[in-house]
Amino acid sequence: MDERERVNSGDIYIKPSRDIAARRMQDEMVIMSVKDSKVFSLNPTATRIWSAADGATSLREIVARDVVPEFEVDADTAYQDAVELVEELAQEGILLLADHPIGKEGA
Amino acid sequence: MSTILENMNTKAVALGIPLGVHLDLTWRCNERCIHCYLDHDDLGEMTYEEIDDLMTQMADAGVFFLTLSGGEPLLRHDLFDIIRRARALMFNVKLKTNAILIREKEAALIRDLGVETVQVSVYSHRPEVHDAITKVKGSLQRSIDAIRFMVSQGLKVTMANVVMKQTRWDYPGVQALAAELGAHFTIDPTITPHINGDRSLLKLNVSREDLRVIMNDKSITSAAVEDQFIAVAPGADEDVMDNIPCSAGHSACYVSPYGDVYPCVQFPLPSGNVRQQKFIDIWKDSPQLAEVRSIRSRDLPVCSTCAHVGGCSRCPGLAYMEGNMRGPSTADCEKSFATTGVPSANMLRKAAASSA
Repeated sequence: MDERERVNSGDIYIKPSRDIAARRMQDEMVIMSVKDSKVFSLNPTATRIWSAADGATSLREIVARDVVPEFEVDADTAYQDAVELVEELAQEGILLLADHPIGKEGA
Repeated sequence: MSTILENMNTKAVALGIPLGVHLDLTWRCNERCIHCYLDHDDLGEMTYEEIDDLMTQMADAGVFFLTLSGGEPLLRHDLFDIIRRARALMFNVKLKTNAILIREKEAALIRDLGVETVQVSVYSHRPEVHDAITKVKGSLQRSIDAIRFMVSQGLKVTMANVVMKQTRWDYPGVQALAAELGAHFTIDPTITPHINGDRSLLKLNVSREDLRVIMNDKSITSAAVEDQFIAVAPGADEDVMDNIPCSAGHSACYVSPYGDVYPCVQFPLPSGNVRQQKFIDIWKDSPQLAEVRSIRSRDLPVCSTCAHVGGCSRCPGLAYMEGNMRGPSTADCEKSFATTGVPSANMLRKAAASSA
């Protein structure tokens, strides 16, 4: 499924990879990949999405519930930005991404 | 260090967050290294339940970097349960070990649990020298085998070489061995006093002349180890005088197997005990940690007058072990001198006193 199809389907589920260390410092999430020691820092919006990434709640729900009201952004734009973000984090290997809910065993 | 980690540390200091904790799980050990600063009797180590509770508190307090060490941590039968719990709490876990109990199975488990780095002490590439330091025959070969197992599992392994009189010219051999094994290499030319205050271990330190040769050896002042060494000191401007000496007590601390909290493993200033108080209460309210945090370079009576004040690696813990946490750390004076050829204010003061 390419990015456009994901955006249109709305069925994206996300969950942090097991191969990371992470800690929230105020409104910023710092993440380190334990495989290659690469470090990431998420801004407040991305931190909101990351913190809600439970594998069970769809990305569209997360954006509508946690991002749109607090950051006062247009829902479609916010969702497209969120898809772009989670695709990037998945490419870095720190976030699991699936078109179905993700259980304990992973995507 | 990456910019993100630098920013993280700056933010942690500003917000009073204990970003890093060194937790010794045991002081028991299966080696008897001649330079070791610890006692090896079990005086009542924290149980798994106590450590679980402590780690939960530490995660809530914002701890991100968790170093599990000892003693030899693999002597704890519950080590892998502790690591599993630490990783579930999303700590970045570093394991310090002599590795002689790590075989294929343990290496695979350490990898699967998501330990970020394993640091193994290697004193020499020559078995007779290394084994004489550890007092365990065959220990170098076992450590090397373990490093091979771990590197083959994809783990990041660092070989830490403590330089002392007996090993002072072996660091190139250890560095070459690290390269051969696919491990990182770091070097530490400082022997620390025993945690009980006994300073007799310092006789193992290399001489001033040998230290000068080692500190100026371009083969080891590479990117991999440059943070161990000292650049020529910048001028003592206002910013430098407002500097904090190091992260001890500011964004990092140490917890012993018995729950004692110190600013750092090298700074054994009793600051509270997690068996009696919550970790966060000690971190926020300990008078001892508050005193450590109050000290700036300008408050150091000797070091604030020193040419090296802006670039010295002065360890406040070693200064404390010398009798005054605001005083000089002679070992760091020697390193500054070895690197630059410029004597420290402390060295000049001592020379003046001895000639008077």
